[in-house]
Amino acid sequence: MRKYIALRFSKNISFFLDKKAIIVQFLLLCCAAAVFIISTGSGEMYISPQNVLKALFGSGSEMENLVIHSFRLPRIFVALFAGMSLAVAGAILQGMIRNPLASPDILGLTAGASVFVVAFFAIFSDKNNSLTISIHWLPLAAFLGATITALLVYKLAWKNGITPMRLVLVGIGMSAFMQAGTTLFMLLGPIYRASQANIWITGTVYGASWEHVKMLFPWTMILLMISFVSARHMNIQELGDELAASAGVSLQKQRFVLLALSTALTGGAVAFAGGIGFVGLMAPHMARRLVGSSFGALLPVAALLGAILVMLADLIGRTLFAPLEIPAGVFTAAVGAPYFIYLLYKNK
Amino acid sequence: MLLKTDRNRLVGFIFFVLLLLVSIGISIVYGYTDTSWKTAIEAFTNNNGSNEHIIIETVRLPRALIAAAVGASLAMAGALMQAMTKNPLASPGLFGINVGAGFFIVLFVSLFHVNSLQAFTWLAFIGAALAAAVVFVIGSLGREGMTPLKLTLAGAAVAALFSSLTQGILTANETALDQVLFWLAGSISGRKLEMLLAVLPYFVIAWTGAIVFAKKVNVLTMGDDVARGLGQRTELVKLGMAVLVVLLAGGAVAVAGPIGFIGIIVPHFARALVGIDYRWVLPYCGVLGGILLIVADVAARYIIMPQEVPVGVMTAFIGTPFFIYIARRGILAK
Repeated sequence: MRKYIALRFSKNISFFLDKKAIIVQFLLLCCAAAVFIISTGSGEMYISPQNVLKALFGSGSEMENLVIHSFRLPRIFVALFAGMSLAVAGAILQGMIRNPLASPDILGLTAGASVFVVAFFAIFSDKNNSLTISIHWLPLAAFLGATITALLVYKLAWKNGITPMRLVLVGIGMSAFMQAGTTLFMLLGPIYRASQANIWITGTVYGASWEHVKMLFPWTMILLMISFVSARHMNIQELGDELAASAGVSLQKQRFVLLALSTALTGGAVAFAGGIGFVGLMAPHMARRLVGSSFGALLPVAALLGAILVMLADLIGRTLFAPLEIPAGVFTAAVGAPYFIYLLYKNK
Repeated sequence: MLLKTDRNRLVGFIFFVLLLLVSIGISIVYGYTDTSWKTAIEAFTNNNGSNEHIIIETVRLPRALIAAAVGASLAMAGALMQAMTKNPLASPGLFGINVGAGFFIVLFVSLFHVNSLQAFTWLAFIGAALAAAVVFVIGSLGREGMTPLKLTLAGAAVAALFSSLTQGILTANETALDQVLFWLAGSISGRKLEMLLAVLPYFVIAWTGAIVFAKKVNVLTMGDDVARGLGQRTELVKLGMAVLVVLLAGGAVAVAGPIGFIGIIVPHFARALVGIDYRWVLPYCGVLGGILLIVADVAARYIIMPQEVPVGVMTAFIGTPFFIYIARRGILAK
C-alpha cells in the first residue's frame, strides 16, 4: 500500500503527497539538473561541470562567464520552460479529453500558433525587413493562434458531445489547414524570413536571449502554478462527465478553464521555442508510467520529463552534427513519432 | 447516386471530358500575362515567336497538362486507397505517402545533389512505397487488425515524422530551402513539359492498370471474406493496388510536390455521381481530379496577384471543410 502525506495550506488548497512520486520527482530533478549542467558545458567550447558550476555562481574565468551567461544559459532556460509547458499542456488535454492520443500537436494547436507567428512576421515587416511593432507581441500572436484553433477544433468536433475519435480527426484536419496557411504566409512574407520561419516551425531555441527568458519565465511559472492547483479538478474530470457532475463539479466551467490553461501553455512555449513536436504527447505518457494517473503527482513529473526531453533534444541538435545546428524539434519528432506509433499499437 | 444507367454515365463521362478540355483551355488563356483565346489558338497554328506565344507554349500549356495528369493520378490513387482500406479518409496526402516521397527527394537533393528527372521519379517511388508500407504495417498491428481510425492515426504520425525530418534537412541546408520551398508546398508552376514526359509512362501504366483492376476492386469492396469466398486472392489484389497507388502518388509528387486533399475529395464526388462501381468510379476520378486541380491552379493565380499561391495550399483550403464534414459524419459509416 502506498503511503501519503497530507498537506493542507488553507481551506481551499490541500494535497496528498505520494511518497513514491516524491522519490521519482527528486530523481528526475537530479536528472534535469545534470542535463542542464552538461548542456551548459557542451558546445563548441567544452567547459567541465565544475567550471560550469563555478561560472553559474559567478566565479568562473571571464571567457567561461561570457560563453555561459550570454550564449548558453538563455537557450537552455527557454528549452527548459518550453518543455515544461508543452508537457503539462499535453497532460491537461489528455486528462480533459480522456484520450491518450490528445496533444497540442495532434489537435492542431501548435500548427495554429505557427500560422499566427508566421502571419505576424509577414504582416508587420516593413520594406527593410525590420518589424514595425515590438517583438514582445509575438507570444500574444502565438497564444491567439493556439486559442482560436482550440476553439475551432472543439466547436467543429461537437455533435451531441465530443467523441475522442472525432476530436482527433477534426484536429488532424485543422492541422493540415493551418499548415497550408503557414506555407501561404511564408511565401507572402519577406523572402529572408522564410528560412527563419521554417526553422521556427520545426522548433528550435537557437538565438534565444535573456529577453525571451524574462518574458517566458513569469508566463510559464504562473500557468504551471495554476495547473498544479487545478490538478484536483483534472482528477475528477477524468472520471467521466456523469460522475464528475454528480460529485458537484461545474463541468463546463472547469473544462473551459483547463482548455484555456493548456492553450496558454502551448502558446507561450510555441512563441519562444517554435513548434517543437511530440513533447506534449510523450512526456505525460512517460510520467503516467512512472507515477500513475493522479494529476497531483503526474503534472510535476510530466513537467520535469518535458524539460529533460527538450533540453536533451537541443543538446543533441547542436553537438551531434557540429558545426551544423539541427533544430531540437527534429529530434523530438524522431523520438516522438515512433513513440506515437507504439502507443497506437498498445491501444489495440 | 445521380447517374443510374450506364448510358447516363457514359453521357456524363463525355460531358466531364469536354469540361476537362475547356478547363485546360481556360488554364492556358488566363493568368498574369493577358492573352486571349485567339492568341492561344494562333500560338499553336501560326507561332510568330511573340512573347505571348512563347508564354503559352512553354509555360501555360505544360502547366495545364501537368495539372490534368497530376490531378487525375492523385484522385485515382485516393479512390484505390479508399477501396482498399475501407476508410473514407484514405488518401495519399493524409497517409504520409506524399510527404514520404517528398522526403526522399529532399534527402537526396541535399546529400548527393541529385537533379536528374529520372532520379527524382525513382526517389519519389521509393519514398512513396516506403511510407505506404510503414503506414499499412503500423495500421494493422495490434489485436483487431487494421481499423480505419488506427490507419488514419498511423498515417498522421508517419506524415508528421517525414515532414519533421524534411524540415530538419532544410534548416541544415538553407540554399536547398529556397529551391524546394515552393515545390514542397505543392505547386505545378514553372514545370517543364519534360518533367511530365519523364513520369508519363508510369502514369499511363498506372491509369490503364487501375481501369483493368476495377473489376477486382469491385469484388474486394464487398469485404475480404466475400472476395475470398468468390475465389479472389485478396492479398495479391491488394498488393497490385498498392503498386498502382505508389506509381500514381509517387509520380505526382515527383512532378508537383505533395498536393493534398485531391485524393480525399474527388472519389467522394465520383461515388456520389456514379455509385460504387469502380469501373465507373476510377475513370470519373481521373477526369474530375484533373478538372479540380486545374480549377484550383487557375484560382491560385488570381488570389494574391501578382504572386501565386502554391496550388497545394489552395487544395488544402478547399479540402479541409470537406474533410471535417466527413470526419463529423463518422468514418465508420458505410
